[in-house]
Amino acid sequence: MNLQFTLNGKPWSVDCEPADTLAEVLRNQLNLNGTKVSCEVQVCGACTVLVDNLPVSACTYLAYEARGKNLLTVEGLEKADGTLHPIQQAFIDDFAFQCGYCTPGMIMAAKSLLDENPNPSREEIIHHMDGNICRCTGYVPIVAAIQRAAGMIAKEKKQ
Amino acid sequence: MSGETKTDFQIVNHSIPRRDGRVKVTGKAQYVADLRLIGMAYAKVLRSPLAHAKIISIDKSKAEAHPGVYCVVTGFDLDGLNPYFGHAVKDHPLLAIDKVRYAGEPVAAVVAIDERTAFEALEFIDVKYEELKGIFTPQEALAKDAPLLHEKKFEAGALRGFEGDVTAGQGTNICQTHKIQWGDVDKAFKEAAAVIEGDYYFPMTYAYAMEPYVAIADVTDQGVNVYSSAQHPFMVRHDLKNIFNLPVSKVRLIVPFVGGGYGSKSYTKVEPLVAACSWKAKRPVKLQLTVEEAMLTTRSDDAYTWMKTAVDKNGKIIARQAKIMMNTGAYAENSPLVVEKSTNRCVGPYAIANVLIENMSLYTNTVPASSYRGFGCAQVTLPGESQIDELATKIGRDPYEFRLQNAAKPGEEFFPGMRPFDGTLKQDLDTAAKAIGWGTPLAKGHGRTVAVSGSDAGAYPLTSTAVRVHADGSATIMTGSTELGQGSHTVLPQIAAEELGITYDKVNVISSDTAITPYDRSTGASRTTTLMGSAVQEACQEAIAQMVVMAADVLKVKKEEIQSVRGGVRCGEVELNWSQVISKFYALPDGEVIGRSYIRKSGKFAALPVFWEAAATGVELSVDEDTGKITMEKLATVGDVGLAINPALAEGQDIGAATMGMGIGLFEELVYEGSQLMNGSILDYRLPRFSDLPKQVELHLVQNRDGVGPYGAKGGGEASLNSMAANIANAVDKAVGVRIRQAPLTPERVWRALKEKNK
Ligand code: FES
Ligand code: FES
Repeated sequence: MNLQFTLNGKPWSVDCEPADTLAEVLRNQLNLNGTKVSCEVQVCGACTVLVDNLPVSACTYLAYEARGKNLLTVEGLEKADGTLHPIQQAFIDDFAFQCGYCTPGMIMAAKSLLDENPNPSREEIIHHMDGNICRCTGYVPIVAAIQRAAGMIAKEKKQ
Repeated sequence: MSGETKTDFQIVNHSIPRRDGRVKVTGKAQYVADLRLIGMAYAKVLRSPLAHAKIISIDKSKAEAHPGVYCVVTGFDLDGLNPYFGHAVKDHPLLAIDKVRYAGEPVAAVVAIDERTAFEALEFIDVKYEELKGIFTPQEALAKDAPLLHEKKFEAGALRGFEGDVTAGQGTNICQTHKIQWGDVDKAFKEAAAVIEGDYYFPMTYAYAMEPYVAIADVTDQGVNVYSSAQHPFMVRHDLKNIFNLPVSKVRLIVPFVGGGYGSKSYTKVEPLVAACSWKAKRPVKLQLTVEEAMLTTRSDDAYTWMKTAVDKNGKIIARQAKIMMNTGAYAENSPLVVEKSTNRCVGPYAIANVLIENMSLYTNTVPASSYRGFGCAQVTLPGESQIDELATKIGRDPYEFRLQNAAKPGEEFFPGMRPFDGTLKQDLDTAAKAIGWGTPLAKGHGRTVAVSGSDAGAYPLTSTAVRVHADGSATIMTGSTELGQGSHTVLPQIAAEELGITYDKVNVISSDTAITPYDRSTGASRTTTLMGSAVQEACQEAIAQMVVMAADVLKVKKEEIQSVRGGVRCGEVELNWSQVISKFYALPDGEVIGRSYIRKSGKFAALPVFWEAAATGVELSVDEDTGKITMEKLATVGDVGLAINPALAEGQDIGAATMGMGIGLFEELVYEGSQLMNGSILDYRLPRFSDLPKQVELHLVQNRDGVGPYGAKGGGEASLNSMAANIANAVDKAVGVRIRQAPLTPERVWRALKEKNK
C-alpha cells in the first residue's frame, strides 16, 4: 500500500505492508535510524516520535495510521543552519545521556511536554516522562535538561 | 554539580561536554542495530521450550524450502567448526548440541532474506525432544539424585580472567568454588562480645541494556568480520578465532556505539551463532535479538549467602564467615570470575582479623548468568552491609560511627596479599552522612542509613594503545576501549589534550576495531580511566619523546638542548609547536608520529587490584505501613575516584549505578516458576522509572588523587550500585523495625514482614 505524510516538514510517499510499524518504515525504508527500538511493546519509549504533535510509540504504531499526518522525528529538530533544538542543546549541557539509546525518544517526549506546557514543574516532568526508560542516567540529569530547555525556549520567545 | 577541585589542569578535571553529544542528540550515532551491509541476510533463532532435554532429531526440510530462506543451521550442522566457546571454560555450544540445558536456549537459526521471513520459517522446524529432569536452584543442583547438566570435562577458556582451577564438568553440577581464609574464625566467634548471623538472598537480575544483543557477521575466505555490541571485542575475537580455527589476524571485531552494557555485554554472546549463520549462508548475516530474547541470554548470578560477623567488646569487628551458593545457570560464562570476586568482596572494605569465606557456583537449568555491574559485589554487600547495621544495633552503636571505626584506613593492608587500601572511607562516609542530614530529626516511618562498598576493581592490567600526532598538530587516539556511554570518547581525549598541550577538539578517538586499534583486554570492571587512561598518557609522553628527537634533528642540535614545553618544544629562542616539528622533520606539511604504550602487570600496576573501588551511598526512605510501599526521600552518592578526569561524567556513573542498585533494592527480580522464567519481558520486569526518582538527590566526589591512574585517578561506576540493596534493607529496619534479608524489598515482602512483627 502507498502512504503519504509530512515528515520533518517535507511531503513523503512510501510503499509499505499493512503490518509494517512506523518504526520499521522510518528505519528500514526512509533511512531514519535516529528513532531507536528497544522493548517493542510500548513500555520503554525509546521509539517515541510525534504524530500531529502527540507522542506515539513507533514500535507498535502501524505505519498506515500515519497517512496524511504530520510526523516529527529526532532528525527533524536541528535547524538547517545546524543549530540544535534547545532540548538537544540542554541534553548536551546537562550530560542527560550516556549510551544515548534512549535519547531520541526522550527528546521527542520532552518536546511534546514543552510544546504543551512551556514551564513544567519537576512533578509534571516526572509525570509526563514516566513512559520513557533510561537505564544509564538515573533520570536526574534528564529532569535538569528539560528544566534548562524550558528556560532556553522561554528566553528565545522573548527575543 | 559538586566535586570540582582546584587544580592546575587545563583540560582534565573539568566537566567538558561529551564528544559524542551532538551525534547522540540528533539521532546520528550509529549502533550495530542501525548498520546494514550489502547482500545482508537476517537470522532468527528457534529456542527450546524445555529446560532440560535430549534433542532426538531436528527436521528442517520444510523451513529450508520456505521461500526466502537461505538456510537453517542446527547443532547437527557444525562439522568443521569448534562449536564450544567460553571465557572461563568452553562449555557453551553456539547452538544446542545433543541436548538443551535451559528453556530459551537456541536450538536452530533460520537465515532468510528478511527478518519476517526468517521468523515465519521458525515454525516449520520440527524438533523432537526427550525431556530430562531439570534442576533450578543450587540446592537442587547439589542433591544426590540430581541429573548432571554437563557430562564432560571442558577445555579451559583461552583467556581466563582468574587464576584458580575451574571445577566445571568434573562429575558434579559444581561450576566453580573459591575460598579465602585468614586468622581463626572459630576461635574469634568464641571470644566475641556479640555475633550476628543470618541467611540472605540476592535475586537474579537483568541488566536491560536498552539495545538488545546484536551482531552482523561476514565470514569469507578473507576471515571472520563481525560488527557487534560487545564490550570486550578482543575477548570475542579470541572465541571466534578458536571456533573457526583461524589466526588472530583473520578475525576482526568492530564495535560502534553500544546502547548500554553494564557488564551484560561482557564476553561472547551472539557472535559465534551469527558467524556460523554467515559461514553456512555464505553471505553477511545480521542477528538482532529482541529484549525478550536478551533476557534469555544473560542475567546476573543470584546468591544464597549465610553470613556471620562478630565484634569484640570495643566494637571492633573481629571475624566474618560466609558460605555462598550462586546459581550460574546453564553455562559458566563469566561466573567463575564472579565467584572469585564475590568471595573477596565479602570482606567489604573492613579490616577484619579472622575471615573464612567459601563460595560455590552451581549449574542449573536456567538462563546463563554472567558479569553484571559490580561483579558479584552487590550479591555479597547485601549481607555484608546488612550485618554491619545489625551488629551496630545489637551493641547499641550508631551504625555510621561503627563503620568509621572499622573501615579500612588509607594505606592499610586490610586484605592479605592485595594492594593497600587507596581510598578514604572516612571522608566518603562523612560526605554521604552529611548529604542526607545525619543526626537531624526524622519523621515517623522514615529511616536513614549510609553504606559503603570497596571492591577489588580494575580487572587485569593488559592494555596497549597508540596516539598518532599528525602534521597539523592534531591527534588521533587508537583505543580498544569501547564507548558504552561511560564516556571513554570524552575522557581519553581530555587526557591526550592535557598531555600534548593541544586543545580538546583537536583530539579524535578511533575505538574498538580489533584490526586497527591496539589490544585492550576489556572495557569493564571500571578499568578504562585508570588503565587505558594511563596508556593514553604514556603514549602521548612517548610521542613527545620522539618529537623531541625529531626537533633536535631539525634544529641540528643535541637532543639534550631541546626542552619540551606545553604544546611543543623550545631550544634557546626558538619555539616549535608539534605541527612545526613534524612538518619540518618530513619537509612536507604531512606525516605523523605514533606514540605507543604497553601496560602490563608490572611497575605501579604490579599489585592487584589495580585500585580499590570505594564509594558510599546514603539514603532516607519512608515506608507506608498499610501497603509496605517504600518511598525514596533522599539519595546521596559519594564516589571516591582519586581525581575525576571529567567530574560530570563520574557523577553520572554514580547516579546511574545507584539507580540500578535502587531498582534491585526495591523491585527488580527475575522470577522462575519451575522451568520457566515468569517475567521474561519488560512488561513484567519492573525497572526504575522517572516516578521512582528519589525526592532529593545529591552527587558528590572525593578526590584525593590517591589512585594509580593518570593524575591519581581511579575508576568508578560500579561501587554505588553495590551498597544500595543493603542500604534500603537497613533503612527499612530503621523506619519500621523489620529486618528483611532478601532483595528486592517489594511492598508485599515489607507488608508481610510488618504483619509478622505486629502479630
Ligand atoms: S521500543 Fe517502542 S516503546 Fe519500547
Ligand atoms: S542514556 Fe543509555 S539508556 Fe538512557
